[in-house]
Amino acid sequence: MNGGQDLGGMHGHGPVKPEPNEPVFHDDWEKRAFALTLAMGMPGGWNIDMSRFARENRSPADYLAMSYYQIWLAGLIDLLEERGLVAEDEIEAGHSLHTPKPVKRILSPADVAKTLHRGGPTERETNTAPVFKRGDRVRAKNINPPTHTRLPRYVRGHAGIIERVIGCHVFPDSNATGAGENPQWLYTVRFDGRELWGPDGDPTMQVSVDAWEPYLESA
Amino acid sequence: MQLRVRALESILLEKEYIDPAALDELIETYEKKIGPRNGARVVAKAWADPDFRRWLFEDGTAAIESLGYGGRSGNHLVALENTTSIHNMVVCTLCSCYPWAVLGLPPLWYKSAPYRSRTVADPRGVLREFGIELPKDTEIRVWDSTAELRYLVVPMRPAGTDGWSEEKLAALVTRDSMIGTGLARQPQEFAR
Repeated sequence: MNGGQDLGGMHGHGPVKPEPNEPVFHDDWEKRAFALTLAMGMPGGWNIDMSRFARENRSPADYLAMSYYQIWLAGLIDLLEERGLVAEDEIEAGHSLHTPKPVKRILSPADVAKTLHRGGPTERETNTAPVFKRGDRVRAKNINPPTHTRLPRYVRGHAGIIERVIGCHVFPDSNATGAGENPQWLYTVRFDGRELWGPDGDPTMQVSVDAWEPYLESA
Repeated sequence: MQLRVRALESILLEKEYIDPAALDELIETYEKKIGPRNGARVVAKAWADPDFRRWLFEDGTAAIESLGYGGRSGNHLVALENTTSIHNMVVCTLCSCYPWAVLGLPPLWYKSAPYRSRTVADPRGVLREFGIELPKDTEIRVWDSTAELRYLVVPMRPAGTDGWSEEKLAALVTRDSMIGTGLARQPQEFAR
């Protein structure tokens, strides 16, 4: 979606402010929001792309005004409500009002190390061959899906070079909507700074994005 | 926010969807166990051991797994080599993708709108905000983490560190130098 999350190239956000000796979390509630989000992945049954979409799928004005873990919390609540695990009146009341929906498994303390160690590999076997090879000139398609996509707006319509054929990976655009993993060939595509930003772009700069085959066409 | 999160936690607990001990374990893992020291060990080994260095740039995932790091936000790892002519920088313009397995959770600035919006358009301007001024002819390579690949920058090894142990070298490797918004510390800085 062309939402508030797609920030590449936007102006007006001011300088980057590095924070010396930054703590991992800035407040207790951030720790809990983080851990709740990770822990609910198991009983909730959603995938990473659904979580990302839940976070970005809000008004850009809201997205940009919220802090990082506020967005996480809002995304988590949306996922819980969508799946009927928690109802809106319960969020308002601050306690459980309805019979819990049965879940397959919950995350136990003993699962934590194992689950993190396993992570979420996205590479899949395929019997298809990649359409592009290293060095090919390609163009990022001008697509504007209202659903989840990982093709940033700032590269759409621009030409670059295939820098690396990565492998066949779960396609977020499908996975986020529940349409299945639909694995697709994934490439690293390198763009020149001036191709992206025009003649005033930094000529010493190149930007690489990882792009699935359906995002690309020959150029 | 504190109240709101506490309320959600108690709802999920009442419904028996969560085990609070698992939450504590998750928090403790990212506060104490998984952080930039992991990545510093990878970089120091790459500086000290030419075979490991070759392996790291060929197959980052396998080389890093051999040191015991991988899994969540690190299933597919790519190491990027900074040289005198190329400087790599990592960003995630769409969210906050970051190699948790080797760097831990990202700092606030990495997740913030200024960094995410400007790094792909004005990397030199961003670097200046970190106090870094690169030579005019250095090529800057920005990596926008749009898929599940996670990028780790291997900064240049500082001069004057010949014969240093991996452990001692690791102390020169800062988190920011592995994102590309910093350089490795100089040995004289370390001695101070």
